[in-house]
Parts: sequence; structure tokens; C-alpha cells
Amino acid sequence: MSERVIETSGLKKSFGPTQALDGLDLSVTEGEVHGFLGPNGAGKSTTIRILLGLIRKDAGEARLFGGDPWAEAASLHRRLAYVPGDVSLWPNLSGGEVIDMLLRMRDAPVDHPRRAEMLERFELDPTKKGRAYSKGNRQKVALVAALAAPADLLVLDEPTSGLDPLMEQVFAECVAEVRAEGTTILLSSHILSEVERLADRVTIIREGRVVETGSLDEMRHLHRSRVRAEVVGEVPDLSGVAGVHDLSADGSTVTLTVEPEGLPAVLTALTGAGVTALTSTPPTLEELFLDAYRRTDLQPQDSHTQDQGAAR
Amino acid sequence: MTGVGTYFWTFLRRDRWMYVWWTLGLTVLYYSQAVSVDGLYTTRAEFDRAAATMEQNTAFIAMAGPPRALNTIGGQVMWQASAFGAVLVGLMSMFLVGRHTRAEEESGRDELLRAAPVARRASLTAALLNALLANALIGALVALSLAAFPLPAADSLAVGVGLALCGWVFSATALVAAQLTSSTRGMYGLAGTVIGAAYALRAIGDVGNPALSWLSPIGWYQGMHPFSGVRWWPALLLVAGAGAAAAAAYLLFARRDFGAGLWAARPGPARATPRLGTSFGLAWHLQRGSILGWTAGLAVLGIAYGSIGDDVGSVMGDSQTGHDVLVQGGGDLVDGFYAVALVTLALIATGFAISSALQPRGEEDVGRVEPLLATPLARRSFLLAQVATTVLGTVLVLLGAGVGLGAGYSLVTGDAGRLLPFTLGALGYLATLAVPAGAARLLYGVAPRWARLSWLVLLLGFVVLFFGPLFRLPDWVQALSPYHHLALVPAEPFHWAPFLALLVVGAGLSVAGQIGFARRDLR
Repeated sequence: MSERVIETSGLKKSFGPTQALDGLDLSVTEGEVHGFLGPNGAGKSTTIRILLGLIRKDAGEARLFGGDPWAEAASLHRRLAYVPGDVSLWPNLSGGEVIDMLLRMRDAPVDHPRRAEMLERFELDPTKKGRAYSKGNRQKVALVAALAAPADLLVLDEPTSGLDPLMEQVFAECVAEVRAEGTTILLSSHILSEVERLADRVTIIREGRVVETGSLDEMRHLHRSRVRAEVVGEVPDLSGVAGVHDLSADGSTVTLTVEPEGLPAVLTALTGAGVTALTSTPPTLEELFLDAYRRTDLQPQDSHTQDQGAAR
Repeated sequence: MTGVGTYFWTFLRRDRWMYVWWTLGLTVLYYSQAVSVDGLYTTRAEFDRAAATMEQNTAFIAMAGPPRALNTIGGQVMWQASAFGAVLVGLMSMFLVGRHTRAEEESGRDELLRAAPVARRASLTAALLNALLANALIGALVALSLAAFPLPAADSLAVGVGLALCGWVFSATALVAAQLTSSTRGMYGLAGTVIGAAYALRAIGDVGNPALSWLSPIGWYQGMHPFSGVRWWPALLLVAGAGAAAAAAYLLFARRDFGAGLWAARPGPARATPRLGTSFGLAWHLQRGSILGWTAGLAVLGIAYGSIGDDVGSVMGDSQTGHDVLVQGGGDLVDGFYAVALVTLALIATGFAISSALQPRGEEDVGRVEPLLATPLARRSFLLAQVATTVLGTVLVLLGAGVGLGAGYSLVTGDAGRLLPFTLGALGYLATLAVPAGAARLLYGVAPRWARLSWLVLLLGFVVLFFGPLFRLPDWVQALSPYHHLALVPAEPFHWAPFLALLVVGAGLSVAGQIGFARRDLR
């Protein structure tokens, strides 16, 4: 059976005149890696800070492990580990000291074999003083501290910012491993490929509201596929087919994007024209992401005219 | 050198307030000595007697310098202000050089600028020029103000020139320190050690072995003998010293990589001691350096006051105003003096109490509280550990002040009987200091943006204590100052009632702040 590890509904928070969260619904199920996406200022960190009891919600509901994240902060934190987006270390403490200190404060074992393993895998020198670490290395200190002992939930706020691709790879492996052990992970990120690779489900937010949520498969179903075809004869006129966008023809090659309901009609038309090559690509997360914004950004009418423009 | 001008003007702009405050402060330091000496002694005989007493006081000589022409205003100014003034320009030079060289490198800001078409040594040169200019300005104003007092012009000039050149030496040695170390903290530690060593060398030298004084730039400055047969050749030593140190800094600069020091950064421990794993352990770890520094500083100041011993009368002269200030409630002059010394020490110790109470605010601003509160550490426990550290630290700092005062007195008089009363008297001010610290805690808990306003309590205390009687401030204003209520031990017998009342007020403010913190958003 799967428990809801994180559950918010109608969550609201404002800072002065700025409405940071405007009725946010987020639901993270036990054992999943949940991608949490949104542009800068969308409210990702605000949500995480409410869930950690660092700030108080204005309205709505927020539950962490079924408890109240504000009132029961200390006891709920026994079950989680957190990596902040911008890690600031104590200039006078070594990385190893910070890791041990945070583990002790978590009531977690400081001598779990994973501690040494993580230090090695992230190639982190624990004897450097906090002030001497680069941004990427500060991030590694926080990551090692979070991963060095088991937790039920990992809250990761843009955990790979500043890491090199090799370390991103190590991070991805670690996430996959702890997920296999049953750890739930809330992964806020800008790196879409990372989320696409790791996340079971994704929530995309914008201006404090959820734009889109679901598994990637579900979301792909709802979005346009990109179709590229070569035909023998005349390129058929597809502009009248419902759900076709971004149409462009170049000689005998035609490319377009099409919504799921328009796909049969497109295929019929292409077959009629004598198709010799056909590729259909499901949308990448990046396209889903941009698409999710476009739909809230622009009026449907504008979207249509823009597509027309692109087709010419 | 391309870019020196740009750097220089930027530094000047960033430092304009430092220029103003340091220049004002040092000018006032010298000028106020002239004014106070001038007002203190009404007759020549009285002045001669005070000078004779001072000349025989080894502790005074160790603190201030070789006693010369102490029965003149100029001699007194040079004696009382020069060693302290030289240390102050040393500290200013260290900060001015450090904040534009090592600190900029450490933060990475300098990297941004160095990528622009500027000469490699441009920032180094501009930082040195900036410090040299600041010292020159201070020297000029000190000289002008003393000449305007009026004191003899040539001697006044020597006081200013020597002070500025002393600052130049310390600027150049700070620049060397910036090349050797790889962190700002380490650089300040090294440059501060140089200043401390210069002060200590001349102290030992002045008391016993004059040769040692000639190893210290402060000794060279005092060797110029303003107001007692001024001579200029020691100024050449200062110029040569500054030049040599600056040359060394440039040589070292050429031999090191950007961002690195010639001395590699020492690695830290790979594992934390178990103590660090608690909120109190961390708070103590972060503040112990500051607690140690304040305790030592106040102990030294206490020894300085205490070493006046029973000579208060002759040092103060026969002037009635001086006596009136010390013996406000009537009573013994010596007791009166030490009561004022104790409350002054407590006023200074308030600097520690407030900054300690504001420490978590700085931590919160840079995001270091967030990861702690994301652990099972409750907010209440987090802040309670901070409170405990502040209280413990304040006790230690006051203890340092009281023991220092008593020890200084005992050393000079051979009478240890005042050690305990002075120490207990100093500890009594724990109740007084609880109020400004509590105010800082309250503001931090409720309105962290305004937490720095708690320094106003210290300002109020200062004004009421030193200017209250003079300006005839209304009683209710004086009553607002937490320093106004405690019995002035040892001039007056200790009373429990005001002690407990202040303690209750301070604790109340602190608890309110803690409740506020538990209920507010983290910034």
C-alpha cells in the first residue's frame, strides 16, 4: 500500500504584495521520485520551506507524513534529509565536521558505511574548511550529509546546481539506489533531462499554481508528438486537420506536431500521399515544460496565429 | 599601471565612511587628551606631582610608553595617546588592506575585475595607496588639531607624521600578510599578531630593556620625542620599514597564484567531535573566538585601570570637577574611581552581549540556520542554545574585566583584598547587560530586520552615564538606561533589588524574543 508522504491542497503564501503560492496542490506518494519543476520564482522553494516548517502557510492544507509540518516540525524531521538549493557552510568548520554535525542533529548514525562510500563517490575532501570549498563542493557536502544515512524522505532543492556532469551522473546513480531502498524523493530541479531520467511523476508549477502533474507517460499522452515524414508525391495539405501545429514542408519532407486526437487523420493523409519514411517522437520533458507555460501564457487565439505564422 | 586609478576611486568610494570615522576617532583621541589634561590640573605644583607619580608607575609605562615631559600638556598627549593611537591606525590599515585584497580574492569578486584589462598588480597597488592615503589624512588632522590647540607646531607635526608613518608600516605588513595567508581571517590574525608584537616589544623595552623598543615601529614613533626635544631621524626608520615591507609584499605577490596564499591553507579535521553535534556545541564553537577575544581585551583594560592603584588622587589632581564625577554619592575617591571603572567596563562588555545575541541573525541571513532547523532540532532548542552561549560568554567577559581590575590593583599595591569585591562587582553587571542582550533577542525574534536597533540601548547607556549629570537629563530619561540602576560597587553597597529587577526585565525580553522566533517565518 502506498502512503501519501507529501500532500498539499490549496496552499497559499504571500510575502508582502507578492503571492508566492496561490492554491498549490502537490501530492507525493511513498517510494516515488517526484520531479518538482517550475521557472525561477514559481514557488518551489517556498513550498519546500513550508513543508519543512521553516515558514508558515497562509491558507490551505499541508501534510508531511500525515502530520502538520509546522507544529510537528522537529519530530517529522527525524524521517527526512534536506539539501538546500544554495548551500552556505560555516567558514571555520571542515566539510567532514559539517557532515557529522548534521547527521548527529538528525539523530542519524555518523558511522554508517555509506558516509565513507559517498565521500569517495563524490570525490569530496572532508578536511577542507567551509570557506575553501567551491560552489560545487559545498553542494557535495550537503549531498553527502543527506545521503550518508538512510532517510524515509529526501527533499532536494536543485541539488545538482554547480556539479559537473560526472558528479551529476554519480548523483543520479545515488538517487536510483536510495529509491530502490524505498526512499521517497522530492526533487526540485531546473535540469529537465535529470528529472526526466529520474522522476516517476512530475509536477510543474508556475506562479504558485500547479500547471501540470502526473507521470511522464500520462503527460506525454496529453501532448503533441513531433512527426517527420517523407512522401513520394505531392505533400498533402494538412493545415486543415484538427490538432496539427508547427506545420512546415520542404520539398517532399513535411514536419509537424500533432495533438493525440489528430494523429490518425495525419497518418491517413500521409499514407495517401505515399509515405517513404516516417518518424514520430513523443514530446520531451522540455517540450512538455515549455508547452505547459505556453498554454497559460498565451490566449488560445494567439497560440493559433503563432502556429499559422510558423507554418508559412 | 592600467586600472590602478579605477580601483583606487572604487576603494575610496567604498571606504568613505571608514575614512570619516577613523579620522574623527583618532583626532578626537589625541585632541581630547590635550583638553582633559589642560582642565585637570589647576596649579603647576599639582601637575608636577601627578607627573612624578606617573613616571614611577611601571604599569603605566608598559601600557603607554617612555615617560617624557609628563608635566607638559604635549608630553601627556604623546604619552597617553601614541601607543594606543599607533595600534588603532595599525588595525585600520589592516582592515583597509584586507578588505580590498584577501577578502576580495576570497569572495571571488576580484576575479571578476581581474578579467578586465587591468594590470596584475593594479588592485594590490590601489589597496596600498588607499591605506597610505587614509593614514596620511589621519596624521595631518592630528597634527593640525594639536597645533591649533595650541601646542608647539613642529612637535605637533612630529606626532602626526609619526602616527601616519606607523600606519604605513602596518599597511605594508598587512599587505605581506595578505600574500602569505589564504583566508581573510588568517590574514587578520597574522597582521594583528604583528601589531600586538610591536606593542608588546616596546612595552618590555620601555620597562626594562630599551634595545627591544627599537625593534618596534611603535618604539620608532615614540623615539621621535615630540614635545621633549623632537628629533626626526626615527621617522626614516619608519619610512624604510614601510618600504621594505611593501617591497616584500610585491615580491611575494609575484610568486603566488591568484586566490592562494604562500602558506597553504591548513586542512581541518575530517570528523567532528561529538560536542559539535548539538545546538549548544555549534553555538559555542562559533562564538568561542569572540568570547575569548572580548574576555582577554577586557581583562587587559581592567589591568590598565587597576594598575592606577591607590594613586587615583594624585593622578586626578586636585580639580574639583574630577572629584565630583568620581564621588557622585559622596565617599572615598579611590572607591569612586573603581566604581566608575567597573561600570565603564560593563558598558564596553555590552558590545559583546549585543553582538552575541545578534549572532544567529547573521547566520540566518546567509542561510546557515535553515539546514539546522530542517533536522529534528526544535526552534526552541536552537535559540535556547544561543541564549545559553550569550549568557555564559557575558559571564566570562565580565569575569575577565573584574579579575583584570582586581589583579591590576593587587599587582601595583600588593593588596589582594580588592580582587574579590571587584570581581563580584563586575559580575553584578550581568543583570544590567541582560537588558540590552534581551532587547537584541526580542528584536531578533520578532522583527529581525530591525535587530541592529538594539545597539541604541548601549548608546543610551553611554550618554546617560557620561553626559547625564552634565546635560541635566530628566530623571525618567536617566531611568531608561539599564546602567543607571545598579548600586555603584564598590562606592556604594550592593543592593539585590535593582539587580533582580534588571535580571527579570532582561529575561522577560529574551523569553518574548524566543516566543517570537518560534512563531515567525525563517528569512
